[in-house]
Amino acid sequence: MTFLAVEGLTVRIRRGPWLLRGVSLAVAAGEARGLVGESGAGKSMIGKAILGILPRAAEVVSGRILLDGTDLLRLSDRDRRARIGRLCALIPQDPLTALNPARRIGPQITDRLTDILGWDRARAQARAAELLAEVQIADPPRVLKSYPHELSGGMRQRVLIAAAFAAEPKLIVADEPTTALDVTVQREVLRLIAGMQARHGTALLFVTHDLGVVSKVCRRLSVLYAGKVVEDTDVRAFFRTPGHPYSAALLAATPKYTDPDSSLRPVPSAVIDAVRAEVAAWDAAHG
Amino acid sequence: MMFARRLAFRLATTAVTLVGVAVIVFVVIRVVPGNPIAMMLPPGATEADIARLRALYGFDRSIAEQFLIWAGGVLQGDFGTSITARRPVLELVLGRLPATLELATLALCIAVVLGGSLALAGARWRETRTEAAVDVTNGIGLSVPDFLWGLILILLFGVVWPLFPISGRIAPALAREFATNFYLAEAILRLRLDLLGALLAHMLLPALALALPLAAIIAQLLKQSLKETMHLDYVTLARTKGFAEGRVIRAEALPNAVLPTLTLVGVQFTFLIGGTVIIERLFSYEGLGNLAIDAVINRDLPLIQGIVIVFAGLFTLINLGVDMLYAALNPRLRRG
Repeated sequence: MTFLAVEGLTVRIRRGPWLLRGVSLAVAAGEARGLVGESGAGKSMIGKAILGILPRAAEVVSGRILLDGTDLLRLSDRDRRARIGRLCALIPQDPLTALNPARRIGPQITDRLTDILGWDRARAQARAAELLAEVQIADPPRVLKSYPHELSGGMRQRVLIAAAFAAEPKLIVADEPTTALDVTVQREVLRLIAGMQARHGTALLFVTHDLGVVSKVCRRLSVLYAGKVVEDTDVRAFFRTPGHPYSAALLAATPKYTDPDSSLRPVPSAVIDAVRAEVAAWDAAHG
Repeated sequence: MMFARRLAFRLATTAVTLVGVAVIVFVVIRVVPGNPIAMMLPPGATEADIARLRALYGFDRSIAEQFLIWAGGVLQGDFGTSITARRPVLELVLGRLPATLELATLALCIAVVLGGSLALAGARWRETRTEAAVDVTNGIGLSVPDFLWGLILILLFGVVWPLFPISGRIAPALAREFATNFYLAEAILRLRLDLLGALLAHMLLPALALALPLAAIIAQLLKQSLKETMHLDYVTLARTKGFAEGRVIRAEALPNAVLPTLTLVGVQFTFLIGGTVIIERLFSYEGLGNLAIDAVINRDLPLIQGIVIVFAGLFTLINLGVDMLYAALNPRLRRG
């Protein structure tokens, strides 16, 4: 059952360059899908478009974003917001800036439950404490009363993960959730996200530039280049035999712990040129 | 504990500041031209008359000596006797202070509500015509000083459309109803809506004149810091939770954006109190500022000293209050 289907999504900066060039991708209910690509490929833009938080300068030119069968782009602002708030959640990139420094942790987890979903305060509090325990935070009651500056980066990311799962969303968009963390914390957080995703049966769109991270969390994988999906495949198949030449080059460029002496291999210029030619053809066709 | 120590430290520095202010005022008003004795005597008074009066008020002694006598009295709660009114300075000042405090507080409330609303509207509909309109409004508010606003308001609502009284604090007949000099507070506490209405009708125009420039400053600064906050990750995250833009601004952006504005409002509020001197004169409002102008015209040195000390004390108290409020609103400065 497809839960999220993005079809031919085309986004540009108003009177400026294209950001997404007809992106299509689908996430089945309960599926963990990685979305990889280099910086500027448009990975985060897709996540933002789905969650309705595109920057003001960006405009959707064409395409559909079907969330559980309903096209978000055809809804009024109010209905879209309500639908996204009920069905989706975001695990943001930087835990240091994603929590409001002026508010306590508790309300930042429970506000969606009480103010959007209409839970009573006590039930929401209990739920928040339960979730903090699930993300392995010691002494949840104390943390709920803390301010963000009183917690470490790793703890803040756990809080954000707990907050994302609070309303039992059907889809979570994780936007490079481990990039801002140091390597040891990264591993734990990845394991946590993978475990929570599996336990709660939530669909996950995991945006990252790190193929190694994808292999730990995701089953399916979309490779993005210059605002186009160049490959949509199974993660294991991808690591065995990548389909698209760009994917193969990207994989070859990933440094390996097992072979630390091999020098980094950049993506060959022939591959880049071929993909760029495709992009140029697309741009020419779309004015 | 931290809080108490900080408070104690601030109170100590406040005392030092007040001594400094006292010395400066005391010396300056004795050095500048103008002689209180000359104002008191009819033309044609003899040298002997002048000398007798000078000795009576102690003006024949050195400035240092005069200061010590005065400061000694102040420490015992005696600010001297007004030369013109022949009544204790403290009694005169405390009698007028409530009127000025109430006017300044009303002006501050108007400025915060008006400026805050403009800032929220400008941030909510940013990069639209609404924001442009807010900017133009702020520009007008900022470029016209308070005394000019006073004249404009008198002209508009006192002369062209005579909607409001333009002079005094309240009709003299009603003034007898009050037991204290805090008319506004008393009317509110006693739930006397008739008196409250009469008071507000008198106070609205002068308070508005004082409030408009401050409202413009608040609107401009708060809108700017709201707009900067709107780009931050926690604001974006709140949007994905399903909250409407207005709620996102109020609950997420405002608690953070308000901090830099608060510092400035503290400073500007003291300017506003300075502005009451002229505004009270314009509206014949019987407050401390009006008293101050009379005192200066009559060279009533003890009264001038008393008023300046009270103003200085008020300013340092306001700064102290702002500091404490800042600590209370910013969790990173709070310590359990």
